[in-house]
Amino acid sequence: MPVLQSRLDTRAEQYQKNRQEMFAKLELLDELYEQAAQGGGEEAMARLKSREKMPVRERVAHVLDPDSPFLEISPLAAWHSHFTIGSGFTVGVGVIEDVECVILGHDPSVQAGAMNHFNSKKLMRGLEIARENRLPYVQFVESAGADLRGGGGRRGGERKPMTPEEERLAFERGVAESLRGSTGHFAESGRLFYEITELSKMRIPTISVVFGVSTAGGAYQPGMSDYNIFIRGRSRVSLGGPPLVKMATGEDADGEELSGAEMHTTISGLGDYLAESELDGIRMCREVVRHLNWRKLGPGPSMPADPPVYDPDELIGLVGEDLTIPFDMREAIARIADGSRFEEFKPLYGPTLVCGWASIHGYPIGILGNNGVLMSESAEKASQFIQLCNQIDVPLLFLHNITGYIVGTDFEQRGITKNGSKMINAVSNSTVPHIIVICGASYGAGNFGMSGRAYGTRFSYTWPTAKIAVMGPKQQAGVMTIVQRAAAQRRGLDFDEEANAKRVEQVEYQLEEQSKGLFATSRVADDGMIDPRDTRDIIGMSLSACHNNEVLGTKEFGTWRM
Amino acid sequence: MPNDVIQPIRRLLIANRGEIARRIIRTAHDSGVGTVAVYADGDVGAPFVTEADTAIALNGRTSADTYLNVDKVLAACERTGADAVHPGYGFLSENTAFADAVDKAGMRWVGPSAAAIAAMGDKLSAKRIIEEATVPTLPAIELKAGEDLGAAAEQIGYPVLVKASAGGGGRGMRVVESSAELEEAVAGARREAGAAFGDDTLFLERWVTSARHVEIQILGDNFGNVVHLFERECSIQRRHQKIIEEAPSPALDDALRARMGEAAVAAARQIGYSSAGTVEFLLDGQDFWFLEVNTRLQVEHPVTEEVVRLSRTAMGRQMVARLDLVREQLRIAEGEALGYTQADLGLDGHAIEARLYAEDPDRDFLPAPGTVVEWSPAPGARFDSGVESGSQVSQEFDPMIAKVIAHAPTRREAAAKLARALEQTRLQGLRNNRDFLVATLRHPAFIAGDTTTDFIERASPDRKRELAGQDLADAITAAAMYAQAKRRALAKTLNGFPSGWHNSRMPPERTTYRIGDDEIPVEYRSLRNGSFAMRVGEDERSVVVCGSERGEVDLEIDGRRVQMSVSALGENWLVHGPAGDAEIEELPRLPVPGALDIKGGLTAPMPGNVLATHVGVGDRVSAGQLLLVLEAMKMQHRITAPFDGSVTELHVAEGDQVDNGALLVMLEEQDVV
Repeated sequence: MPVLQSRLDTRAEQYQKNRQEMFAKLELLDELYEQAAQGGGEEAMARLKSREKMPVRERVAHVLDPDSPFLEISPLAAWHSHFTIGSGFTVGVGVIEDVECVILGHDPSVQAGAMNHFNSKKLMRGLEIARENRLPYVQFVESAGADLRGGGGRRGGERKPMTPEEERLAFERGVAESLRGSTGHFAESGRLFYEITELSKMRIPTISVVFGVSTAGGAYQPGMSDYNIFIRGRSRVSLGGPPLVKMATGEDADGEELSGAEMHTTISGLGDYLAESELDGIRMCREVVRHLNWRKLGPGPSMPADPPVYDPDELIGLVGEDLTIPFDMREAIARIADGSRFEEFKPLYGPTLVCGWASIHGYPIGILGNNGVLMSESAEKASQFIQLCNQIDVPLLFLHNITGYIVGTDFEQRGITKNGSKMINAVSNSTVPHIIVICGASYGAGNFGMSGRAYGTRFSYTWPTAKIAVMGPKQQAGVMTIVQRAAAQRRGLDFDEEANAKRVEQVEYQLEEQSKGLFATSRVADDGMIDPRDTRDIIGMSLSACHNNEVLGTKEFGTWRM
Repeated sequence: MPNDVIQPIRRLLIANRGEIARRIIRTAHDSGVGTVAVYADGDVGAPFVTEADTAIALNGRTSADTYLNVDKVLAACERTGADAVHPGYGFLSENTAFADAVDKAGMRWVGPSAAAIAAMGDKLSAKRIIEEATVPTLPAIELKAGEDLGAAAEQIGYPVLVKASAGGGGRGMRVVESSAELEEAVAGARREAGAAFGDDTLFLERWVTSARHVEIQILGDNFGNVVHLFERECSIQRRHQKIIEEAPSPALDDALRARMGEAAVAAARQIGYSSAGTVEFLLDGQDFWFLEVNTRLQVEHPVTEEVVRLSRTAMGRQMVARLDLVREQLRIAEGEALGYTQADLGLDGHAIEARLYAEDPDRDFLPAPGTVVEWSPAPGARFDSGVESGSQVSQEFDPMIAKVIAHAPTRREAAAKLARALEQTRLQGLRNNRDFLVATLRHPAFIAGDTTTDFIERASPDRKRELAGQDLADAITAAAMYAQAKRRALAKTLNGFPSGWHNSRMPPERTTYRIGDDEIPVEYRSLRNGSFAMRVGEDERSVVVCGSERGEVDLEIDGRRVQMSVSALGENWLVHGPAGDAEIEELPRLPVPGALDIKGGLTAPMPGNVLATHVGVGDRVSAGQLLLVLEAMKMQHRITAPFDGSVTELHVAEGDQVDNGALLVMLEEQDVV
């Protein structure tokens, strides 16, 4: 396989500028990670410690094999919301007893592990990752239940403190968001328990360690699990806690007798293992994973996994704030692929999309990277390439820097919508794992064609420079002006250019903010914002996770020649 | 055998084990002589067994059943066609019957005649013979049956030494300070002597408290030539066994040296001595008394080999050579004459030997058998060792691991060189006296030459050295980083990923280590540049792992390069670095509740046999009460109650064989009403 020749000029002014801009973003990212790691803050942590309880990150760190990697999913969820950054919840893929597992849990340091729509989304995402990739599912259960206060805990990511008025508004909005987000209607809730059961049916073991209270619906979290580890004096699992029991039947129930770990492991049988402490429960959890006799269904890494020839550190200067400045996606591939090796497919045809084969951490992979707007030829090339990878069971990596498919009469007449549809068809019906990294722009149908989040993509990540939107903020604001000017004309009204300019500025600003990767990542619209230098390792970990399941391309058709 | 005909030895059987068997094999092979080893069951994996050309199993566990069994050893000689036997030291080396049987079977005995052995074997009669050669001796009284012990002791004067007439190696020996201890000491010595030598004859001798133990190496051939190879001093002893020996003695001037040498030669001539032997004296100022003749090669013979020089004129040129005492023994046994005289012999520099033992200096140097997990001699010294990494030091035999000998122009330099060699030697996996030896060699009193038999009691050198400060932090860092690298290398999943890689912020890796009673928390976090930000206790450090494989770890700690060896022993890490050895226990990250220590449980301090149990389940016991007696290494160990309470479990019965650390008795603490 040929080794890519980099043409990146690390002395160029643009490179240096990009680097400065990226470093500024990475600094912020680092700060946000640090904030997220603080959980509910120093005081809450100290309180937890005094009760010999661990915050969820400590619990996760203890269950993992020492020195093993851990890929956290959506660590910055709820950034710039009314909830604590990270959403009081940790979910990730980690290694327990040499078995990759989904590990997740509420953070007792953040409002006693209360549920909100951010962490509910993360919880559901964790279940999805377990299901799609066939990873054993480990949940650390401890939750005070739904957060009816709509946040108001320690927040992260603000640049300046809120005024009391802002605080009040935020709280109200938070309550509304929380209610709207967590349960559109009660009738729609409870999917969590369905999904846990489904994992079990799919022969994906589910393990609960119950660190604290898990009442009402929450009781079904362990209820539906294959293995339950309860902790003496800590776990409290029942459909109704003592107050509810009192209200319902008048019984004065004792907490331990009603819902305690000892009761459940000796009398009710809801618990399988009785642990003496949090650490003991974690130890038992590792023991359970050890006996799972876990065998990955996908093949192991089969190619040399040597690091890239070019320094991944140079990815920092590849792309900056201004996404209108193009960059060659091959330069990214040269710093992600094993040994910078890349065999390009159809290099002369449809050159605005780079397609080719490489390996990452030894796993063979087909890469599609944007080098400009998607044209009919590039869309056709993509369709053919995706089918070829399906034929040989090779996963796909999509590197986004796409403003969309080309528009215009000439292109329409030459079938851009038709050819774009072929690409979206190929992407939709491809059955090999897809992983996406949004390096620059990811706008409109370009996002769909490049296997956006909604396209059954196994893992999706964004670089700090990324922007995701229906179209570029400038274009979108411009379109609005044109549409409104036309509407005014139709009605014979004057078009207030000045007011429009003001509105455009405002809309553009808002769209710009919302298009930013950080916004997407905070809304759990991806699996996390990543340091570009970590790209290879993160894709490698994702691929390794995917290979717990079968990696099989679709067999419905032969490859269509485009 | 005509005296003027040299009969080369073709095949030498070594009726011994361990380091001395190895040492004899080495010289034999160097001299073109083939070798046969014999071995007990427990020695099947010992280096001397494989280093000999042939080895014969003696099929037995105990000394009595193997190396002391004359018939079995003779059968091995016959089976292998050996034409000579070297008995080494200990075991059958001073057994007249064996020497005689070897002679009768037509083989050469590499040692003095059976008659000389017999004459010197009984220490009492030996004293009488030597007295005739006008050599001074200490007053002594044989303890015949019915002898009035008290009267005999009074006659000699306290303190007295109870000694086995057939003894050696400190067995069956007791110092008695007052009449109160006399009876018990005599009974104990008699039991020990009977078990060790099959002869429980005892005698009392004057005990010279602060005397020096000086011995003269002698060498005689079959033609009446006798020379002495100067003296050795063996004053540093524990449990009446030598642990540091040197040559020459710092207490002798040339005149005294000549006087003692002449006395030794006179004694040797008195008994018609041939081969190598040692005449032992007690020295107090300029006065010396004959103690005994050891009719064999001594354990400490290497210090003599290191310092004695033989000057010869060959082809018109002056040559200076060293002597190999085993080679001299072989030559003499083959019928060669010595070929040199006292005038040809001189001294060069100073040599000190230290004996490394598997023993516990903290517990009165009790033997501590076990596995030599790691053994790697340091450069700069001669190592006569019987072990390799993985060797067993069994409870059946002497727990000596090696003799380490350093030679230098001066005594001070030899001591420094030997101390460094010992310190740099990797010896891990079992308790040993190395730290104690190093402390002794560096003790100002030792360096000043103030070495008497009561040196240890007087100077009390440190018995254990614990790493501290930066040395300790480095050792812990090495263990943690090596463990980390090993885990990454052995990981079956995602092992190609950087150690501890996270995309977000997770807690650092945490481990707690225990050294002695101290628990030291360690945490580290891998950084993007591949280094580790580490905290060892309170000490923050930046660590780069430059290399880590096959037990070697190469670190840069805050810009300081350190290489160390690390290996695992159960939960413990054995670290060896420039500052010496350290054993570091890694506490489990996720401990099994209640599995850590069994409260109130008493465990065996070493492997051994249960000689007697004195309590049963349910018995009330008070602090200090005898619970049971273990016998290990031919010594009795009393297991007593550490507190008042009752016996809840008894896990052993009389006659049981127990391993080191085996749970013996469970006690429940209670106030005795």
